[in-house]
Amino acid sequence: MADAWSGKLDTYLDGELSANEMRDLDAHLRNCPSCAADVLSRLQIKRAVRSAGKRYSSSPEFRERIRKSIASKPRLSPMRMWLRATAAVALLLIAGFVTMSVRQQQLQRQHTFSELADLHVSTLASANPLDVLSSDRHTVKPWFQGKIPFTFNLPELQNSEFTLIGGRVIYLGQTPGAELIYQIRKHQISVFIFPERAVGHDLGSSSSSQEKLSFNIETWDWDGLRYFVIGDASTNDIHNLAEMLKKAS
Amino acid sequence: MTATFEELAMPLFDQLYNFAHWLAQDRTEAEDLVQETYAKALKGFSSFRAGTNFRAWMYRILRNTFLTSRTGLKASAMVALDSDDAPELAAGPETPETLFIEHSQRQALQTAIESLPVHFREVLLLCEVEEMSYQEIAETLSIPLGTVMSRLSRARKALRLILQEKLVRT
Repeated sequence: MADAWSGKLDTYLDGELSANEMRDLDAHLRNCPSCAADVLSRLQIKRAVRSAGKRYSSSPEFRERIRKSIASKPRLSPMRMWLRATAAVALLLIAGFVTMSVRQQQLQRQHTFSELADLHVSTLASANPLDVLSSDRHTVKPWFQGKIPFTFNLPELQNSEFTLIGGRVIYLGQTPGAELIYQIRKHQISVFIFPERAVGHDLGSSSSSQEKLSFNIETWDWDGLRYFVIGDASTNDIHNLAEMLKKAS
Repeated sequence: MTATFEELAMPLFDQLYNFAHWLAQDRTEAEDLVQETYAKALKGFSSFRAGTNFRAWMYRILRNTFLTSRTGLKASAMVALDSDDAPELAAGPETPETLFIEHSQRQALQTAIESLPVHFREVLLLCEVEEMSYQEIAETLSIPLGTVMSRLSRARKALRLILQEKLVRT
């Protein structure tokens, strides 16, 4: 009888016998000391293996690393998704607007410089380029009185290579302004002075220079007036004249 | 609401790590094994059918990952030499269990489990430590129920034999 059960003792302890077999074996164990002792020793080793088998534990860092690697991403609520989409669209619109506005500013700037280059060329090409012909700034400056809605100062040219040739009234954006012609060696340079509003857009508050149609240009604003120095002289000459004008104003 | 992968998988972490370490016998390898198991399971979670045994599924992934690892390939090569049809190992006339309990050497038992071939070690651990049912073990190891029972029986006998030899030597 005991032999019939001996092969099933582990299965009994694992709780895997059928209900009927369990009941029968329970009954047998009460009457068979040898099988009961066998079951006991198997139960003890089973418990010992269970305890000894729980041997390894991971580091908390590794556990955390795994947890992070599988952490479920919080789903976005419809409201949050909507906000996110709106923000994205708004950002695109702003970026587009900024690009357009920068581009617009560049175009306006180019347009102004082209117009000034044209004015400079037409002055030089004209048979009677100037309304007032004088190398004396104290003659030229007063001449503009009443002809333009602002006044300005002109630099002392002694000890410089520049010569004042004269000036005339000129219009930019339907606003009257002053054009002064200076000469350095064989080059003639135009200095344009307009109220800032004549330009109508921002050309930059600091002094900036660039080349346009092979002319060198330097521009800045001062006390509500916008100055341009333009000519085919070197950038150095243009710059020097610009600096003298800045000091005088 | 359906449980997320994290909610189902993280409670199994400690057991899975312990099992992985028993299989690989090395901390770094065990970590790699667990990491790969979680990554594979996360990837395949969408194909996991609700209602099936998630624990058995996780252990199956871990075990398959182990078997295809370098250590696993080496260990499983021994399975062929010791097929399930082989005659059962005979347990000695002494009762090593009693002797063992008397000595109560936990470490000796651990060394004995370690020295078991991997297919014995895993079935024993799944049954005794993870307290899986035979059916769960069959799912985890992808073997028939009958094979679970015979393999488990032979694993236990092998363990007793190792303990017996150990105790005879001491």
